Amino acid sequence: MEIPYVVDERADTGLTNVKLGIWLFLASEVMLFGGLFSTYILLRINAIEWPFGADILSVPIGAFNTVVLILSSVTMVLCYAALKLDDFSGYKRYMGMTVGLAVLFLVVKSYEYYDKFSHGDVPAVSTYLAIYFTLTGLHALHIVGGVIVNGYFLGPGSKLWHANRQQFINRIEAAGLYWHFVDLVWIFLFPVLYLL
Amino acid sequence: MTTTEQAAHAEHGHEHAHAHEDLGFLQTYVFSVDHKVIGIQYAVTGLLFLLFGFGLMMVMRWQLAYPFQPIPIIGGLLGDTRAPGGIMLPEFYNQLGAMHGTIMVFLGVVPLAVGGFGNFVLPLQIGAPDMAFPKLNMASYWSFFLGGVVMLASFVVPGGAANSGWTSYAPLSVIATTGQTMWLVGMIFLITSSLLGSVNFIVTTVQLRAPGLSFFRLPFFVWAQLVTSFLLLLAFPPLEAAGVLQLMDRVAGTSFFMPSGLVVGDAALEISGGGSPLLWQHLFWFLAHPEVYVLILPAMGIVGEILANNTRKPIWGYRVLVASVIFLGFMSFVVWAHHMFMTGMGTTMSSFFQTTTMIISIPSVVILSAFLLSLYGGSIRYTVPMLFALAFLPMFAIGGLTGLPLGLAAPDIHLHDTYYVIGHFHYVVAPGTVLALLGGIYYWFPKATGRKMNDLLGRIHFWGSFVTINIVFFPMLIQGLSGMNRRMADGGLEYTMNQDVLVWNTVISWGAWGLALFQLPFIFNFFWSIKKGEEVGANPWNATTLEWSAPSPPPHGNFTTPPSVHRGPYEYNVPGVEADFVMQAEADGSQAEPAKA
Repeated sequence: MEIPYVVDERADTGLTNVKLGIWLFLASEVMLFGGLFSTYILLRINAIEWPFGADILSVPIGAFNTVVLILSSVTMVLCYAALKLDDFSGYKRYMGMTVGLAVLFLVVKSYEYYDKFSHGDVPAVSTYLAIYFTLTGLHALHIVGGVIVNGYFLGPGSKLWHANRQQFINRIEAAGLYWHFVDLVWIFLFPVLYLL
Repeated sequence: MTTTEQAAHAEHGHEHAHAHEDLGFLQTYVFSVDHKVIGIQYAVTGLLFLLFGFGLMMVMRWQLAYPFQPIPIIGGLLGDTRAPGGIMLPEFYNQLGAMHGTIMVFLGVVPLAVGGFGNFVLPLQIGAPDMAFPKLNMASYWSFFLGGVVMLASFVVPGGAANSGWTSYAPLSVIATTGQTMWLVGMIFLITSSLLGSVNFIVTTVQLRAPGLSFFRLPFFVWAQLVTSFLLLLAFPPLEAAGVLQLMDRVAGTSFFMPSGLVVGDAALEISGGGSPLLWQHLFWFLAHPEVYVLILPAMGIVGEILANNTRKPIWGYRVLVASVIFLGFMSFVVWAHHMFMTGMGTTMSSFFQTTTMIISIPSVVILSAFLLSLYGGSIRYTVPMLFALAFLPMFAIGGLTGLPLGLAAPDIHLHDTYYVIGHFHYVVAPGTVLALLGGIYYWFPKATGRKMNDLLGRIHFWGSFVTINIVFFPMLIQGLSGMNRRMADGGLEYTMNQDVLVWNTVISWGAWGLALFQLPFIFNFFWSIKKGEEVGANPWNATTLEWSAPSPPPHGNFTTPPSVHRGPYEYNVPGVEADFVMQAEADGSQAEPAKA
């Protein structure tokens, strides 16, 4: 039994199943992070005092990580473009860079966490630290999810390219949409937590 | 037996064995990716949880009718931490209350209405071979199952299950026993399950409709499920966020929902403070109000299908119904704070939310009126599903109308937190949704099994349930109006204002136990009919929608030939056509053949 519109678009909707599915998933993710950002706003406007992010966190490290993630988004686009140009080795190269940059982000983030914990700055200390750890922790879990998915498409999942090229391209496109969303969340998180 | 028959039989047997060889028992019946099997798994699990949640309530009703008297039969089994000497501790009563609500809503009604009916019926009604993402569908069921296991396991951890109400209001829930942590973990599984499910339903509906099945030819049930899926998709994530935050409060010692200066048991809590208990309520109700529509919309969808089929005419105002359901979906996102009039959030907020609440009642009334008008002039067949569908109409009307005083901030001051709220809510969900869902089971049972459920047992089940369920819930409205609080472990014995209405506690409890008795014919009928029910063909109800064009039960892949659709969903008694129904899959010119009686 074949499920229709896995490979080709449905004529009247102009969509493949996976593309519609990933957009709906991202819509629910927007609601998830929307709820958390609303929490941040509500707690902050009700707080008697609120620390200045740059006094607690290291802006250069945060800025470095921002650049790392934006670069990984660029390589994600490049690996998709390479597939469109039938350049499978180019895809492997750029996808490898995407995964590598994501891992670099996680390493830097772990160092930041370690630094905070070793100075006794745990979530229970203040509402600011609580929301910092919750938001960045949840975001880091999304990065981990992305590393797993992209790592799969780099390794065993890439066999699909030889069996069904268009289906593989569809999957990479969906993975890319997710990856850009995770980057976008960080682009909101960085100024909100580090700079404001 | 003639030679040809023997040959045919042998061939059939061979095919049968072949199908099993392909997949094996586990993959066919347990880890199946077939939407029909998953739908049945959802439905059966949901029904079992409904029974369990009802069981919790039957124990609570003993305590309310006969406060602090030893519970008969099961009292000795509960243990000293719950009911020493068979006498229920108030702490255990609180656990039962919290878990009754959680189990009925998140593990019973939603899995049955959305997971069960949605999975089984929706792909068939749109002429799809399966859901768009079959593996995701299986993951959704097993995530729900794990969530259910975690919730059940919480009863045996030290301190017992969650005991802060199904709403889990902070700060009470943050300082509560371990059961609350289990509740939060269980909820995260359930939310994941509903997220995967809702993405799947929407993609399936948009992408896998059969050729010719435009949106305005979709059966009303599909529309109801589509809007429901959007509600689940967009309303659940904020509760997931809230769940994560409360988990942080409990496990990591943060203060998202914990205000400064909180004193518990004569000692100030060692927390950083500065959190907002109201924030939990906002995040919770932002989910939980749309959740009410998640509970009611699939039921309305089922009622629409059954009404059209048994009045033998199109449901009245199909397009108006669809517009109302969509409008209802939008509005359900902006009414949540009508649960919070008494929290001191301010009169400006209250005015806004009572206005939106009055607006959202309009589409509900439109839907109910359209259903009522559908009856006018119909040649009604009083089949068992039709009895349930007809009962839904006045029950939902009582539930809806009793909601109006609660939706206005001023009368809510009197009614808030009384049994009136319990009565109102249960009229919508128990005599409303659950009766409709039971009707749906009778209606689609022949499609799932190839056999009809027994008619007489069905009628006994219906009339018994219909009478007893009203004995349970109507007196609650009376108790609530006199001001009886809903959370008393002794039923409010010591309050002067309750003295005149305490007698109803016993009546309600006996009603509840009677209601349980009348489920026995249903349970027997359900299992008996799988083996012994009257065998039927593809279309036993002479219905028009696509699922009845597939064989009963439909094979893996559903349709023997891919269907195409040539007309709207409810072409009953079309002028100039001899048969009293024309199926959606019939091309013009061909004639419907009524099923043999």
